[in-house]
Amino acid sequence: MLNHFFTDPIYLSAAQALVAGLMALGMMLIASWSGIHLEKEIIIALLRGLVQVVAVGAVLLYIFKGPAVLGFAILAGMMALAAKTAEKRAKGLPGAFRVGLYGIGIGAGAVILLMTWAGVIDTKLTALIPIGSMIIANSMNSTSLALDRFQGEVRSHVGHIETALALGASPKTAIRPYAQAAVKASLIPRIDSLRSLGIVWIPGVMTGMLLGGSQPVHAAFYQFVVMAMILTVSGLTSLISTLLIAGYIFTPAEQLALSASN
Amino acid sequence: MTQSSISSPKLEARDLTREADGKIIVDHVSMKVYSAEVVAVVGPSGAGKSSLLRLLNRLDEPTAGTVYLEGQDYREMAPRELRRRMGMIMQMPYLFPGSVAENIRFGPQQRSEDISDDDIERLLERVGLPGFSDRTVDRLSGGEAQRVAIARALANDPEVLLLDEPTSALDEDAKAVVETLLEEIIREEGLTCVWVTHDRAQALRMGDRVAVMEAGRLLLIGSPQEVLNA
Repeated sequence: MLNHFFTDPIYLSAAQALVAGLMALGMMLIASWSGIHLEKEIIIALLRGLVQVVAVGAVLLYIFKGPAVLGFAILAGMMALAAKTAEKRAKGLPGAFRVGLYGIGIGAGAVILLMTWAGVIDTKLTALIPIGSMIIANSMNSTSLALDRFQGEVRSHVGHIETALALGASPKTAIRPYAQAAVKASLIPRIDSLRSLGIVWIPGVMTGMLLGGSQPVHAAFYQFVVMAMILTVSGLTSLISTLLIAGYIFTPAEQLALSASN
Repeated sequence: MTQSSISSPKLEARDLTREADGKIIVDHVSMKVYSAEVVAVVGPSGAGKSSLLRLLNRLDEPTAGTVYLEGQDYREMAPRELRRRMGMIMQMPYLFPGSVAENIRFGPQQRSEDISDDDIERLLERVGLPGFSDRTVDRLSGGEAQRVAIARALANDPEVLLLDEPTSALDEDAKAVVETLLEEIIREEGLTCVWVTHDRAQALRMGDRVAVMEAGRLLLIGSPQEVLNA
C-alpha cells in the first residue's frame, strides 16, 4: 500500500519505519491496558534504536566507499566494544574485559580473516562490515554466555574446586569440568539454531538476500555459511575465554579468588 | 603420644594471621604440631578454626606469618606439592562425579602416578567399604561418601592430615563410625593431624593436645586434662 503513496525510496523507508513503530506503540498500549507499564522504556528504546540504526546507515553510506583496511579497522573497534559489553555481563569476574578482548579478537579475528582469505566473505566493505559485525556480535554473545555460566558454575562448586586443589590438582584441572560446561552452554543455542534452520525460521541474511532479489538457493547456501561461521566463532571464543579466565580467578599461590554464591 | 621438647615439629604455624575485608579472621596464631600427634582445635562457630586450617595448606594466603613443614617455609614450596603432603578432609565429602575408584585415583593422577586396583581395594577396605570401587558416587550414603573422601585423601600418602569438622555433617550413627575409623587410621599410620571441631567432647577424645580458639586467637593449647581444668 505504501508504495502507492511514496515513490522516493527514502520516503518509502521512513514511512515503513513509521508504520512498524506505530505497530509497536499499539502493542505498548495493549500491554498498558493489561497493567504492564513499560511505556517509557518502549518509547525510548524505539527512538534510540531508530536514531542509532539510521545514523549507522548514514555513516556506512560514506564508509562503503573507503578501502578494505578501513573495514578491518572498524571491525577491530567493534571487537573492543564487544569485549566491553561482555565484561559488563560478566560482572564480578576479574579480568573479564581482557579475556573477552582476547577471546573475541582471536576467535572472531581468525574466522573473519580465514573466510575473507578463502573468498567466502567479500573484501568489499558492503559485505565485510555487516558479515564481520555479525560474527563479532555472536562472538560477544558466546563470550558473555560462557563467562556468565562459568562464573555461576565456579561459585556453586567452590567446595569441589578447593577439594581438587587440596588433592594437589592444578587450577586448570580443578576448573576443567566447569569450563567445559560453560563452553557447552554457549554452543547449545547455536547448534539449536542450525538444527531448526529453514524449518522454524528463515534468518536475517537469507531474508535480506531474498528481499534484495537473490536466488533462494543462493541465499540459502549463504545463510548456511553464516550459521557455520557463527557456530565456529562461538566455540572458538568461548573456549579461549574460559581457558584464559583461569589465569584471573586464581592467585599465584593457586588459591581460588572467587567466593561461593549464596 | 606426647611431644618431645627436643624434637623439631612436623608442622609449625608462626604468627599466622589472615585479615579479609578489614576483619581479622586469624590473629597471630603460633602453634607446633609434632610428628604423629593429633592437635584438636576447638572453639565456637566463627572462632577462625576452619580459616586456620585453610591457612595451613595455603588454600588461603596469610596476610602475616607463615607455616613451616618439617622446618621448611611453605612459601618456598610449590603449592601442589605442599597440598599433596598435607591431606585435607572437609566437612562435606565433595566427591567428583563418577565412580569411587575414579575419585581415589584423582590425587595420584595429578602427579601422573597410577594407583593399582589392588591398592584402591586396600584403601577401601581400610575405610570399611570393600567392593565399592565401581559404585557411582551418587549412590553412596553421607557416611559412605565421607569414608570415600578419607580414602581419596589417603591415596595421596599425606604426611599431615587436616580435618575440618569431618563428622559434623553426618547423622549420629555415621558420626561414630567415621570418628572411630579416623582414629584407627591416624594411629596405625602415625599421621600428624590438626582436627578442627566445634564439639568439645570430640576434641578431648581425639586430641593428644587441644587448642582452644576464640575470635581468631589461640587462647590455650595443652593436654586434654589441662584444657578441661582451665
